[in-house]
Amino acid sequence: MEEPLAHRQPPLLRILTTGFVIVWLVIAAFPFLWTVWGSFKVEGDFFSRANWLNAIFGPATTLQTGAPFTGNGYYGAWVVNGLWRSVMNTVIVTICVTVISLTFGTLGGYALARSGRRYSFFVLIAALIFRAMPHITLVSGYLLPFFQLNVWGYLPTAIIVLVAINQPFTLWMLHSFFLSIPKDLDESAMVDGCSRFQAFRLAVIPVMWPGVITTGLFSFLLAYNDFAVTSMLLSQDNQTIVPRIASFLGSIEETGKVMYAVAAVVSATVPLFILVMFFQRQIVSGLTAGAVKG
Amino acid sequence: MPHRTFLLFILPSLLAMVVFIAAPVVSVAIQSLFVAHDKVMVSVQSCSPFGCTDDVHVDNKATEELQKREPLGKFNGFGTYIDRNHLAFDEVGAILGDNAGFGDAVGRIYALPFYRALAFTLVYTFVVTPLAMLLGFITALAVNTVPGWIKGPVIFFSLLPMIITPIIGSLMVYWMIDANAILGVALQNLFHDPNLYLKASAPLTWIVLLLYGIWTNGPFSFVVFYAGLQMVPKDTLESAMIDGANRWDRVRFVVVPYLTPLATFVALVQLMDNFRVFEPVVGFNAQANASSLSYSIYSDLNGQFSQLFSSAAATSMLTILGVIVLLIPVLVRTWREFNLKAV
Repeated sequence: MEEPLAHRQPPLLRILTTGFVIVWLVIAAFPFLWTVWGSFKVEGDFFSRANWLNAIFGPATTLQTGAPFTGNGYYGAWVVNGLWRSVMNTVIVTICVTVISLTFGTLGGYALARSGRRYSFFVLIAALIFRAMPHITLVSGYLLPFFQLNVWGYLPTAIIVLVAINQPFTLWMLHSFFLSIPKDLDESAMVDGCSRFQAFRLAVIPVMWPGVITTGLFSFLLAYNDFAVTSMLLSQDNQTIVPRIASFLGSIEETGKVMYAVAAVVSATVPLFILVMFFQRQIVSGLTAGAVKG
Repeated sequence: MPHRTFLLFILPSLLAMVVFIAAPVVSVAIQSLFVAHDKVMVSVQSCSPFGCTDDVHVDNKATEELQKREPLGKFNGFGTYIDRNHLAFDEVGAILGDNAGFGDAVGRIYALPFYRALAFTLVYTFVVTPLAMLLGFITALAVNTVPGWIKGPVIFFSLLPMIITPIIGSLMVYWMIDANAILGVALQNLFHDPNLYLKASAPLTWIVLLLYGIWTNGPFSFVVFYAGLQMVPKDTLESAMIDGANRWDRVRFVVVPYLTPLATFVALVQLMDNFRVFEPVVGFNAQANASSLSYSIYSDLNGQFSQLFSSAAATSMLTILGVIVLLIPVLVRTWREFNLKAV
C-alpha cells in the first residue's frame, strides 16, 4: 500500500529511525546470540584475549576437540554436574505454581470483578501493597518460622510461597480480565437456576481461557525466574535451575570449568526462547492490558 | 454478590496472601526487635601441678538450650536499627559533628554499609527508571515508522532482555565484559589501557549495572508505549498536521499527552521493581563495589558462619518503609479514582 505523501518521512529521518531500530535490535539480541554460539566452544575461545573472532571460529576448540563445535560444556553441566535433577525440580515447581496460582487467582479475580462492594476494593489495594514488597524481605520473614516448623528446604514449601507471592499480580490481571466478560453471561445463567458457582463453572470458565493463558504465562515466568525464594528456601538437593547455576558458579570458576556454567545458562534460556516464540502475542497483550487498565 | 459467596471465592487467594505475605512482614517486624543470645559462658577452674587457672569458655549445651527456649533471641528494641550496620546514628552524628567539609562527610557516611547500599539502590532506581522509559519511548516511535517486516523480529528480540531470568541475563553480560572477552577487550583497546577492568573499579561497576538495568527494563516501556501508539487517534494527528504541526510538534503535543497516563503506570511499576534490585548484584558479582538493600538482606541471611536474622530483619523493615514511601502516590491516585467511580 502506498503511503500518503504527507505521512512519508524525509529520507534523513528514515535512515535515522531505521538505523536506531537496527542498533537496538543488535543490543537486545547480541548477548543471547553470543552466549549461545560461544557455549559450543572451549574456554580459550570464549574468553579469547587475543582476538574476539576466536569465539566465532573456534581455533582452540578445533585444536582441543577436533571440531569447531563441542558439546563438552553441556556434557559437563548436564551429566557431570547433574543439572537434570535441578531441571526436574524446576518442572515440578513451575507447573505446580502456575496451576495453583491460576486456580486461586481465577476464583478470587472473578469474585473481585463481580462484587462492587467497598471491601473488594480494599482487597485489591492490599494486593497492590503486597505486590510491591521486595521478595527478599519476605524471605527473611519466612526463614525462622520455617526452621521452627521444620518445613524448610522442601519443594512444596517453595511452591506455596511462590503461589502466594504471585497472587497479587494474578488477582489484578484476572480481575481486569473478568471485568471485560459481560456480567449478563453469568447472570442469565443464574436466572436459569444455576448457583453462583455453577454459573462460574458452566458460563464463565468456557470463555475465560485467553485471559487465563496470558496470566499463566506470567505466573510461569515468575516461578521460573525467581532467585530470592528458591535460593533461600530450598535445600541443596531440591534446588531449581536458577539457584543451582548461581551456586555452582563459585566452585566452577575455581577449577576453570566456566564453560559448564555457560552451557547451563544457555540451557536455562531455552524454555524462555520457546515461550516468546510461541506466545509473543499473549505476552505483549498481557503487558499492555495491565498498563491500559491501570 | 452476597458476602458469603464472595468470601468463599476469594478465600484461598486471600489466605495465601495473608499467611505468606502479611504474616512474614509481621514476623520480620518482630525479629528486627530481637538480637541473637549472647553465648553462655562458663568459667572452669583447671588445676595442674603448677597451680590453678580460670578458663572461660562457651557452654554449648546451655547456649543451645537458651536458643531453643527463646528462638527469637533477646529483646533489643530499636537497637539493631541504629547500630553501625544500619542507620548508624552514633557514627553519623560523629561525622556530622567533626568533618573536613561536605565532601569528606559524604565520603565517610558512604563508607557505612547501610548508606552504601541505600545510595546504590536509590541511584539505580532513579537513573534506570527514567532512562529505560526514554529508551522504550524512542524505540517505540522508531519501530512505529519502520517497514512492517522488521517489526516482528524487533518485538521478539526486545522481549528477551525483559523476560530473561535476571541472574542469567546479568551473567551473560558479565561474561562479555570479562577482561578476556569481547567487550572487555574492546574497551581496553578503545581507551589504550590494558589494565582497564570493568569489575575492578567502583564507578565502572556502577555504570555497568546501570546500563544493564536500562537494557533489561527498556523493553517493558517499549512494549507498552508501542501498544499505546497504536491507539493514538489518527484524526487528532491529521488535524494537527493541517494546523501546521511538524513531526516534532505532533510528538510533543499529541503523542506525549496521549501516552502520559501509560507513562505514569510504567514509572510506578518500574520504580517498585527497581527499588528491589538484587539479582544483577549477584550476577555481576558486584557486592564489593555496589551493594543494594536487597543484597544486604541476602548476604545477612546467607552468612558464612551464622545467619544474622535481626540484622536482615531491620534492613527489611527499612526497605519496606522505602517501598511504602514510593507507593504513596499510587495509593492516593487509586483511592481518588475509586471514589470518583463510586460517585
